[in-house]
Amino acid sequence: MSEGKKIATRMSYGNALVELGQEHDDLMVFEADLGGATKTTIFRDAFPDRHIECGIAEANMVGVAAGISTTGIVPFVSSFAMFTAGRSFDQIRNSVGYPHLNVKIGATHGGISVGQDGATHQCNEDFALMRTIPGMVVICPSDDIEAKAAVKAAYDYNGPVYMRFGRVAVPVINDNPDYQFEIGKGVLLKEGEDLTIIANGLLVHAALEAAKMLEEDGIHARVLNMHTIKPLDEELVIKAAKETGKIVTVEEHSVIGGLGSAVSDVVCERGLAPVHKIGVKDVFGESALAEELLEKHGLDAKGIYQDVKNFLEAQREA
Amino acid sequence: MNQLELEKIANTIRKETISMIYNAKSGHPGGALSAIDIFTYLYFDEMNVDSSDPEKEDRDRFVLSKGHTVPGLYAVLAEKGYFPKEILKSYRKMGTILQGHPDIKKTPGIDMSTGSLGQGISAAVGMAFGAKAKNKEFRVYTMVGDGEIDEGQVWEAAMFAAHRKLDNLCVIVDNNGLQLDGTIEEIIGADPLDKKFEAFGFCVIEADGHDFGSLKEAFAKARNVKGKPTAIIAKTVKGKGVSFMENNVAWHGAAPNEEQYRQAMEELEKEGAALCQKERR
Repeated sequence: MSEGKKIATRMSYGNALVELGQEHDDLMVFEADLGGATKTTIFRDAFPDRHIECGIAEANMVGVAAGISTTGIVPFVSSFAMFTAGRSFDQIRNSVGYPHLNVKIGATHGGISVGQDGATHQCNEDFALMRTIPGMVVICPSDDIEAKAAVKAAYDYNGPVYMRFGRVAVPVINDNPDYQFEIGKGVLLKEGEDLTIIANGLLVHAALEAAKMLEEDGIHARVLNMHTIKPLDEELVIKAAKETGKIVTVEEHSVIGGLGSAVSDVVCERGLAPVHKIGVKDVFGESALAEELLEKHGLDAKGIYQDVKNFLEAQREA
Repeated sequence: MNQLELEKIANTIRKETISMIYNAKSGHPGGALSAIDIFTYLYFDEMNVDSSDPEKEDRDRFVLSKGHTVPGLYAVLAEKGYFPKEILKSYRKMGTILQGHPDIKKTPGIDMSTGSLGQGISAAVGMAFGAKAKNKEFRVYTMVGDGEIDEGQVWEAAMFAAHRKLDNLCVIVDNNGLQLDGTIEEIIGADPLDKKFEAFGFCVIEADGHDFGSLKEAFAKARNVKGKPTAIIAKTVKGKGVSFMENNVAWHGAAPNEEQYRQAMEELEKEGAALCQKERR
């Protein structure tokens, strides 16, 4: 891990688009007047003719992308998670998912770490919405390296992909020579046998920190980075459930319908282990600094550590 | 193709459409009957398509944004040879390639999955924009209902199309004046349609949606428009061709019973016979 190096995954999205744009003439970026925030303006500066402003009209943008994908162009649709997965759910389901078109959705500003813009812009529901669409790939990368790899993998994959990126700068955690990104393959970050913490997005780093704190108490937590929520790496989850007996999921998303629910589906169907879901607890966010909100919702290292301890305690009593 | 020939084909398509809906015991006859002459004109005269190569890159595209009226389009595609007519019987039945709403993956000749109103026009705009981006000559046609234009997405798409000067896009408004719950004036008044599309940057052409001469003129005019998209506002009659269905909101989404079916077919047979008479004269 590079100490101190931090970058927001929305920035990685913009940068990766430029790199891909250099290699592939058929890539086009669609933007709904948030390019300064989604960072697609980086792409616009490099390829002005292939950066298509659609105005503040996300539903049409998704439909236009669906249509143009049938002509052989690979569109990357960009806006906030709230306005893609949220506002344009019907369009993504019916115009992209149902016909299984080759449309990529780059959704930035996922989760409560959006911060001071407040609840209207903090989308904690996108994993749930997107993963119910048959054939949709849902990815939430943990850092710059993974985000760029995800964008490239999305281009190479033929079919619809939803990618969630974050607003705030996050530490780089995947800068090791063995790192490889594959859609649908989770990454083992730390071995352990007492329980498994399965995290994604910016909370992978917090989960690793929490695991370190648990080590000091003699608790050996396995940590998995589950960057792909769908298709879920069931094999890795089942192995973890069998080998460690307890699962904790950690995500910057509602505890309803996201990574925690996806993992629970797999583990509970097989009756393998108790699953404890850490996330936003069926409430809306509010305006505050990202770090204040993450702390308030127990989504920082300390909060995760404490939550895991409580879970283990409850398990002992049960 | 001459007008009489087109009229005869449209008469056949109407009979097949009514039979499909009767067979399936469900479907949307009213809006299909209002749109059938336009479907017929598009596929038998206007569009550059090849039924033996439905996915040909340079073909013209048609997106039926008012997707529920697809039985009329299925009958046209079968008549054109995209798939055997026999398959029309399977419309809306288990395992069919002819879904209740258009499906790009299942039906040869269908250019976009539609059904959730307001979405097809955006896809058509995307295709037209794709043609421009790839320097292709093909044209894109899409049909929206005059009820469908209640959807805000239609106007988002219209703004985009005009902004990008998509003169290869032709939007046809099936202006039959009725929607599901009542007349468009009762539900949410949409007039003046021409002024609305003009204000959104379209070249607006009015046509009689049941007169092939008028349609020919309108589509020819549309093809010559440069620098902006075209909207053809086609005046139509919902339920056209079946007396008791015409201008009757009850036939938006209802299948005829046996007696109604017999009467509808009788009327259409009679019209077909009259067209044959005309041909002999």
